[in-house]
Amino acid sequence: MNDKKWIVLGLILFVGLFSFPFWFNVGKAAPAPEVVLTEQAKAAKECVMPTDFMKTEHMQLLDVWRLKVVRDGVSQFVNADGKEFDMSLSNTCLDCHSNKAEFCDRCHNYASVNPYCWDCHIDNPKGDK
Amino acid sequence: MNKFYMSSLLAIFALALIAWVGAPALPWLFGIVLPYLAVAVFVVGFVRRVMGWSRSAVPFAIPTTGGQQRSLPWIKQAKFDNPSSKTGVFVRMALEILTFRSLFRNTRMKMNEGNRLSYHLEIFLWLGALAFHYAFLVTLLRHMRFFLEPVPGAIQMLEAVDGFFRLEILYDSVQFGLPGVYMSGLVLLAAAAYLFLRRLFIANMRYISLPSDYFPLLLIMGIAFTGILMRYFTKVDIAAIKQLAMGLVTFQPSIPAAISPVFYIHLFFVSVLLAYFPFSKLMHLGGIFLSPTRNMLANTREVRHVNPWNYPVKVHTYEAYENEFREKMVEAGLPVDKMPESAPEEMTEEEKE
Ligand code: HEC
Ligand code: HEC
Ligand code: HEC
Ligand code: HEM
Repeated sequence: MNDKKWIVLGLILFVGLFSFPFWFNVGKAAPAPEVVLTEQAKAAKECVMPTDFMKTEHMQLLDVWRLKVVRDGVSQFVNADGKEFDMSLSNTCLDCHSNKAEFCDRCHNYASVNPYCWDCHIDNPKGDK
Repeated sequence: MNKFYMSSLLAIFALALIAWVGAPALPWLFGIVLPYLAVAVFVVGFVRRVMGWSRSAVPFAIPTTGGQQRSLPWIKQAKFDNPSSKTGVFVRMALEILTFRSLFRNTRMKMNEGNRLSYHLEIFLWLGALAFHYAFLVTLLRHMRFFLEPVPGAIQMLEAVDGFFRLEILYDSVQFGLPGVYMSGLVLLAAAAYLFLRRLFIANMRYISLPSDYFPLLLIMGIAFTGILMRYFTKVDIAAIKQLAMGLVTFQPSIPAAISPVFYIHLFFVSVLLAYFPFSKLMHLGGIFLSPTRNMLANTREVRHVNPWNYPVKVHTYEAYENEFREKMVEAGLPVDKMPESAPEEMTEEEKE
């Protein structure tokens, strides 16, 4: 019937919407972002915890640190290797990873996360850049 | 005991097990081949199904009515429940698709005070369905962050709104709140669970439920459950997963090392859902637009609905027949409508053509 053209139009619209990610990204390679380690981090070789753990659980680690410091008044963190760290966002994480823009932000932009921590916490404690 | 939901439940566990065991050994199968296949089956199956519907007849005007039809000017018409104009139909369809008005009308029959029959508003199906569909939509849109680079501002805004509550639970044993909690994911699981339990515990719902009702619900619950598990409990490497997803949509598939098997279960469930979609009741996604009971004008007293597929039947009227055989009929003494004297040499209709 004469409805057919509307049905076909609707289908084209539907398939177009469904395949949006395919044509939105046409011609882009979009590899995973290269995170840059600072000289200091390179020298340290290892993060607070094993890299795999950091990749997936650093936000939870920070959450636990916050709990420990703010509620329990504990400020030292000892990792599995027995190394000691001051549990601080700006003074520990951003000490080694002082290049926040090329490290934290690069990865966060890729994954579309926008931590609100920097509303309060200073994001370049060393004052560079 | 109803074997229908047990078989669906077992099927879900079997699927999870397949992905759990299979993915570490064959990541390219579960991460690349099956998702591509599933998308192809989904698109082709969906289009074929709808095109099939587009070819079927609408022999009668069967709009359902929920109010006064247009009649005399001083009788108020229910413009959207009994639409006589295209605008009315459009509004009716939009309200149906966006707010599920027909579910809102759901009632339940009850005997009370001995044997007085009464009908009650039964609103929970409507609430559950609304929560379920919108949570699904929001979750789906939020997932676009894995498939788009750069992530559009609209998606980020949706994430911000969805994570607005910043629900945080923080004790030594439970840690919940970073990464931020998205309401839609939790609502999706809760609503799907409600819709499932409704079929289980309401006796007359259980009576009319089949595996094809339980299976999609359980599958979607499985998807939401594994998603929530990944986000809040057994963490996964999001950067690596986005790399895989971007590989798929840019047709340069790759398998980054070390993605948790839970992700492959999630992805396998989604692949199964996509491939199953065109063959299941989930096709109501397309079907709702083509429901004659909703999208036809309720003007049956003004306009005669002629089935446009009517075959043009060749008729041979009695008049034409008599014209053809009048002389012979008269000779044989049969009664005729017109006597031959009045039109002796007249040609029949068919002869003229
Ligand atoms: C002592 C210096 C040091 C400190 C302090 C430190 N890191 Fe690291 N971090 C590193 C090094 C070195 C690596 C690279 C490890 C590797 O490549 O195996 C790394 C890796 C990471 C990674 C993984 C990046 C990737 O994708 O390869 C994350 C995420 C991370 N750090 C977050 C943090 C956070 C959050 C903190 C604060 C809790 C922190 N780091 C504190 C040195 C440090
Ligand atoms: C409303 C402002 C505010 C926001 C937003 C905020 N914090 Fe804090 N944070 C504080 C304050 C205040 C302290 C206490 C500092 C102290 O006691 O020395 C603190 C302490 C901490 C500490 C331990 C002490 C230190 O030096 O770092 C950690 C870790 C921490 N916050 C992590 C986070 C993380 C992670 C986020 C983002 C998810 C965040 N905070 C967001 C205000 C904030
Ligand atoms: C390898 C990539 C990567 C790097 C590098 C990285 N992050 Fe993250 N971060 C993530 C991802 C992915 C999430 C969100 C996880 C999710 O959505 O499940 C996240 C979430 C967070 C969150 C929680 C945000 C929220 O509101 O949900 C905080 C806080 C955070 N990261 C801090 C940091 C800091 C500080 C650094 C740098 C020292 C850093 N991250 C480096 C990938 C990374
Ligand atoms: C029918 C489609 C899908 C549904 C309904 C669904 C549902 C969910 C839900 C409810 C969550 C919980 C967290 C949240 O609310 O965001 C989640 C997380 C997740 N899903 Fe899906 N999902 C779907 C498809 C996919 C696909 C195709 C991928 C492949 C990239 C995927 C990857 C993920 C990942 C990686 C997470 C963890 C997110 C995080 O940790 O932030 N999902 N999913």
